[in-house]
Amino acid sequence: MNLKPETITEIESLIPKYPQKRSAMLPILHAVQKDQGYISKEAMEWVAEKTETRPIDVYGVVSFYPFFREHPIGKHYIRLCRTLSCALSGSYNLLEAIKREFGCDLNKTSDDGLFTLEFAECLASCGSGPVMMIDDDLYERLTEEKIKQIAADYRARAAQSKA
Amino acid sequence: MTMHQKEHRVILKHADEPGYTPDIECYLKHGGYANLKKAFAMKPEEVCKEVELSGIRGRGGAGFPAGMKWKFLDRKSGKPIYLICNADESEPGTFKDRQIIHKDPHQLVEGMMISAYAIQAKLAFIYIREEMPYGAKLLQKAIEEARAKNFLGDNILGSGYSCELIVHRGAAAYICGEETGLIESIEGKRAYPRIKPPYFPAALGLYQCPTIVNNVETLCHVVHVVENGGEAYSKLGTPGNSGTRIWSLSGHVQNPGYYEIECGKATYGDLIYDIGGGLRPGRKLQALIPGGSSSKVIRGGERFQGKLRDGTPFDWGVEDIPLDFDSPMAVGSMSGSGAVVVIDDSVDIVEVLANINAFYAHESCGQCTPCREGSLWMKKITTRMCKGDARPGDADLLASIGDQIAGRTICAHGEACAWPTQSFIAKFKDKFLEKAQRNGERMGDIPLI
Ligand SMILES: Cc1cc2nc3c(=O)[nH]c(=O)nc-3n(C[C@H](O)[C@H](O)[C@H](O)COP(=O)(O)O)c2cc1C
Ligand code: SF4
Ligand code: FES
Repeated sequence: MNLKPETITEIESLIPKYPQKRSAMLPILHAVQKDQGYISKEAMEWVAEKTETRPIDVYGVVSFYPFFREHPIGKHYIRLCRTLSCALSGSYNLLEAIKREFGCDLNKTSDDGLFTLEFAECLASCGSGPVMMIDDDLYERLTEEKIKQIAADYRARAAQSKA
Repeated sequence: MTMHQKEHRVILKHADEPGYTPDIECYLKHGGYANLKKAFAMKPEEVCKEVELSGIRGRGGAGFPAGMKWKFLDRKSGKPIYLICNADESEPGTFKDRQIIHKDPHQLVEGMMISAYAIQAKLAFIYIREEMPYGAKLLQKAIEEARAKNFLGDNILGSGYSCELIVHRGAAAYICGEETGLIESIEGKRAYPRIKPPYFPAALGLYQCPTIVNNVETLCHVVHVVENGGEAYSKLGTPGNSGTRIWSLSGHVQNPGYYEIECGKATYGDLIYDIGGGLRPGRKLQALIPGGSSSKVIRGGERFQGKLRDGTPFDWGVEDIPLDFDSPMAVGSMSGSGAVVVIDDSVDIVEVLANINAFYAHESCGQCTPCREGSLWMKKITTRMCKGDARPGDADLLASIGDQIAGRTICAHGEACAWPTQSFIAKFKDKFLEKAQRNGERMGDIPLI
């Protein structure tokens, strides 16, 4: 595991903010996952040392919270909200379009490694559904047209950064 | 979103004004932090008194009076006191705290620092759900701006009182919205809720120290309580249901959105048909979820008769129920997080329940057998019913599972997952029985599971 120096600096500055080291667990795991894309066994051991806990404590946390993952995923993380308000505005009907446009199945990564698709539970944007998140960005009032456009934009950007 | 004339905006007063930005300069220009200064000129216990007088009730779900909660703080132990803002906003249907956090983060920071001073907190936290990454950044920036002006941090405004504010991000687990689960999460653990008693946060909260957990909207109200005085503020709304409330309206309405309304001064009918623009043409109200997906469902066309707490009799149709805390309770449900989900007759009601059940099965923390197993069974059965294998005994089976969960668990997630099933079966039993008669037939326009 090779964390970037700025990640280590960030983590070192997080810990003293809290009255107890273990409280920095979630923010440290966020920083590690942002740096590495996932949280490896090795990383868990390292986090255990930093938080003065046992690796099993870190594993317990990682395995509990849906956002933390133990394996790498695609470059972009797509989460389509499937909860009631979004479903009432048609989210389940959009699933096929999303699978097609991004080229990946539910809970799978696209062959080009660009996208991983999952369902999310209510994203607290129920008045503008259907919604999905891609990485940190929220996309609202989704339609097939919009999905096509968004996928095309991501692919264009990916091609650009490759060139 | 522009304001509807039936709205009365206090918390979201500026949020949607053109040119209103989330930075401190804009907030100061609109009178921001004047109430912090006012509060710091008062004694902490005087601020607590004003909050108590205001009667302001918690906006996170349970509707417990904030002033009373603060009074329960164990001050004799001599342990440090903590303040936590619950910004987990994850009850399905709810999207009001998102507006405050993204459009007016300084209002929350001001409300928190006033509250922290009032209860003499040693340290304060905002626990924000992972799915609001920009919100977390905006709050972090707001905190830095406020620190630079000495509105938080060391020796605030020369008062001798110091308090830091930490933004703590969750990791996509709904149960972190439950206050004791949230506390465990800040302690760096799995968000396993704690049993009450003895773990009432006001006595044994974060690090086993006295802790106050309040919702985002509740803490923002504190700013306006200080501005107007508790007594005057309590005049807004109706007795026992003071202030304004932000309702999140979603589902089958023409104008879904967030609407801030004086408590008790409008009805569910006003919200859906007038403010919300009504249903789609030709559609009828099939069901109404009055306060987040865990609140008990109401069937379109139901009538409610009974007596209010003060003895006044009522006779309401669904549309007549006042938008406040007590009225949804009087008709056997609750206002919960203020999330109103409108369901018209285009969808299959069994699929609606299957969708809700999938949520609660996913979110049970797994500590208590009735909740962990029961939520999964309710999901499995309702999903099976929607996949062409509904059986005549399913309705009774579902009801009996629900009955075996509620009241038998560590936290209120047990009720939250049981109430939808119990109430859907109670109100729509005919539809659940019909489902078994018409296996394989599509009964709604769009799939919900
Ligand atoms: C399963 C469950 C989920 C909850 N989720 C939230 C939430 O997302 N946001 C919130 O403010 N309160 C939530 N609550 C309520 C909190 O436990 C707590 O009552 C509330 O934050 C107190 O603040 P208030 O008094 O200002 O409402 C939840 C409760 C339960 C049982
Ligand atoms: S009721 Fe459910 S969510 Fe709450 S503690 Fe028990 S298992 Fe966990
Ligand atoms: S139901 Fe999709 S954001 Fe709430």
